[in-house]
Amino acid sequence: MATAKKASWLIRNHKFFEKHSYILLVGILITVAIGGLIEITPLFYLKNTIEKVEGVRPYTPLELAGQNIYLREGCYVCHSQMIRPLRDEVERYGHYSLAAESMYDHPFQWGSKRTGPDLARVGGKYSDEWHKQHLVDPRSLVPESIMPPYAFLANQPLDFAGIQRDMRTLGIAGVPYTPAMIERAPDDVLAQAGGDLDVEAMKADYAAIAGREGGVLVRDFDGVPGEPSEMDALIAYLQVLGTMVDFSTYEAEDLSNKR
Amino acid sequence: MAAETSRTARLDPSSATVGMVLLLVIVLGFAGAASATDAGFAAHSWMFLIAGVVGFAALLGWHESGDKTPTFDKAYYEEGVVKAGIVATMFWGVAGFLVGLVIALQLTWPNFFYFPDFPWTNFGRLRPLHTSAVIFAFGGNALIATSFYVVQRTCRTRLAGGMWPWFVFWGYQLFIAVAATGYLMGITQGKEYAEPEWYADLWLTVVWVAYLGVFLATILRRKEPHIYVANWFYLAFIVTIAMLHIVNNISLPASAVGAKSYSLFSGVQSALIQWWYGHNAVGFFLTAGFLAMMYYFIPKRVERPVWSYRLSIVHFWSLIFIYIWAGPHHLHYTALPQWAQTLGMTFSLMLWMPSWGGMINGLMTLSGAWDKLRTDPVVRMLVVSVAFYGMSTFEGPLMSVREVNALSHYTDWGIGHVHSGALGWVGFVTFGSMYCLTQWVWKRPKLYSNALVEWHFWIATLGIVLYICSMWVSGIMEGLMWRAYNDFGFLEYSFVETVSAKHISYIIRALGGGLFLLGALIMIYNLVRTARGDVPVEDRNRASAAPTLQHAE
Repeated sequence: MATAKKASWLIRNHKFFEKHSYILLVGILITVAIGGLIEITPLFYLKNTIEKVEGVRPYTPLELAGQNIYLREGCYVCHSQMIRPLRDEVERYGHYSLAAESMYDHPFQWGSKRTGPDLARVGGKYSDEWHKQHLVDPRSLVPESIMPPYAFLANQPLDFAGIQRDMRTLGIAGVPYTPAMIERAPDDVLAQAGGDLDVEAMKADYAAIAGREGGVLVRDFDGVPGEPSEMDALIAYLQVLGTMVDFSTYEAEDLSNKR
Repeated sequence: MAAETSRTARLDPSSATVGMVLLLVIVLGFAGAASATDAGFAAHSWMFLIAGVVGFAALLGWHESGDKTPTFDKAYYEEGVVKAGIVATMFWGVAGFLVGLVIALQLTWPNFFYFPDFPWTNFGRLRPLHTSAVIFAFGGNALIATSFYVVQRTCRTRLAGGMWPWFVFWGYQLFIAVAATGYLMGITQGKEYAEPEWYADLWLTVVWVAYLGVFLATILRRKEPHIYVANWFYLAFIVTIAMLHIVNNISLPASAVGAKSYSLFSGVQSALIQWWYGHNAVGFFLTAGFLAMMYYFIPKRVERPVWSYRLSIVHFWSLIFIYIWAGPHHLHYTALPQWAQTLGMTFSLMLWMPSWGGMINGLMTLSGAWDKLRTDPVVRMLVVSVAFYGMSTFEGPLMSVREVNALSHYTDWGIGHVHSGALGWVGFVTFGSMYCLTQWVWKRPKLYSNALVEWHFWIATLGIVLYICSMWVSGIMEGLMWRAYNDFGFLEYSFVETVSAKHISYIIRALGGGLFLLGALIMIYNLVRTARGDVPVEDRNRASAAPTLQHAE
């Protein structure tokens, strides 16, 4: 034993953790908390985390219902909504995505995989008829596509009984819905989907937050008059994706945007 | 009256408290079922209600059974819950692999297993079912079962908490059932690997706190002065998963009696919190927990001590410290501020070292026992798992480099990477541990058939190789095709051309996944025969050979 090397500093002192389970527990907690605290908390107070641009507004009730269908069907599993500032992506999909564009997405839908193409700027790229046909039977338009068909969306009437509750909840999470917007929401669903209702108040309210006119598309998205279907909601959502930002107000070279 | 009091005298506090929790579950399930605002929440309320009633009835039945043996006798190890865990691990494993095969075939031939009137057969709903089944159901049950076994043996004491380990086991199965049926019904938070809605998350939190309690209380009453290294890793896994789960799932339910909730966080903050969670689900669920298995089952199976005690200490603390920072590498070139991306990449590169520290410590534990690689296929499975761990923890830092990520992100390369970790590392270390555990807890001198382990090993290895190679090919190919330009300076390929180019790779991938599933089925057969105590194949051959071959004297 006399010749045995004295245990190193590390091993002698590590006994402290190995013999006291609570100290080990607290040591682990402190060790794993540091990284997250340093990386995540600044995003909540650094002012340049979200770019200052005009045009981004909360989703209308119909678009919100569409986003919830997008989530329900797991579209985010195959489609990203995040265009990277790389030459080929900007040419293929459009201007790279800004943080401001997803600031009302609870949660974000940036995705992680492109089994299908990016959808961050799919709004306005195809007609409503194209979207409907493509969702009903993707291979009738793109023969090599491997997307599953979503024909059932056309037959399911949209359930928007809880839409005011949903908007109120999002309001608590920070989405600037006004009491008037929430009050009018069921009518706005019908109005935006082409029901014969007044749309001016809705347009004005959303334009006020966006800081510009003309951001709300009003039409019968699925082409079937009457009660709105889930197809109406999903197409309304897809058609607004990536169209909100007024890029004339975005200064890429501004120092605060080079973060 | 007399009988009543004698029963009450036997009622131990752990069963009583579990019973009270079950009563609460019944009450809440009933309230939910009575006032649900949507069909999904009603269905899940019924599930909780039925589970509560069945659980409570089972508890009463067990209590009234008149079993004379002392309950939860500290003189003996608790092995029933470990046995249940082995069964659950293999059951969910096969279920998860099967769904994986189905969705791999759907990507290859999109009309496969698709019924236009059933939305739940869509890839978008089945894919979360696959990922959750393999990560949380297969991996989670393996972690719970092995941790309950390992903590008892290394602390030389019975599992603490009496009835509570059983609550953890069945509570976790209930969480899996609620989550899985939710995906099929379209109930989701829309966050990868964190899809279950708020009430399932709350339930998991209850179960997880009980799990931590059982684990910690067992360590507290250990008869060994030191806490063994495997238990550091299990403890880090349990505590950190609790932290990640709670923070990432902070959400506002739209109604107290409805399924839908909205994440408190949005956009860029939501993205970073999600990938802080997502990457550390890998780091702590799929790495730290499984390293704990490595630190117990490899030394035990090869009958050698852990190679380096010092390396265990260094790589444990550095691994858990560095892993937490690596999340932003999932968000390179996105709208996440670049300083966060750079931090994520830097720590991901640093992570290579502690990861390989673990690999080296696992592999070198075979020092002086390398012959077992040849003679014991279970050892080979465990060692190959560590080799896959080394490979994917080299590939990970490589892919976290921004310039590499520009090519690899959004492609099948990512899918290949997670599967080299999931099939090779997590799968094989679990299989190896389950072979050991089945033999040990059912007290069998050896497995039913080593030859079948060999078959499992080679079939599954071939499956993994086909899987990851096909995904490398398709991932790098599509990444290059997306950015290819023609001579006129236009993009060379339309998106759908890159989709059809991957068809052959997808066929090979599905074949690889099918082989992995086949291997698991062979394993289950072998485990069942082992647990039943059937005469090992190798012994049977020897016995039958004896009478026919006689010594020529």
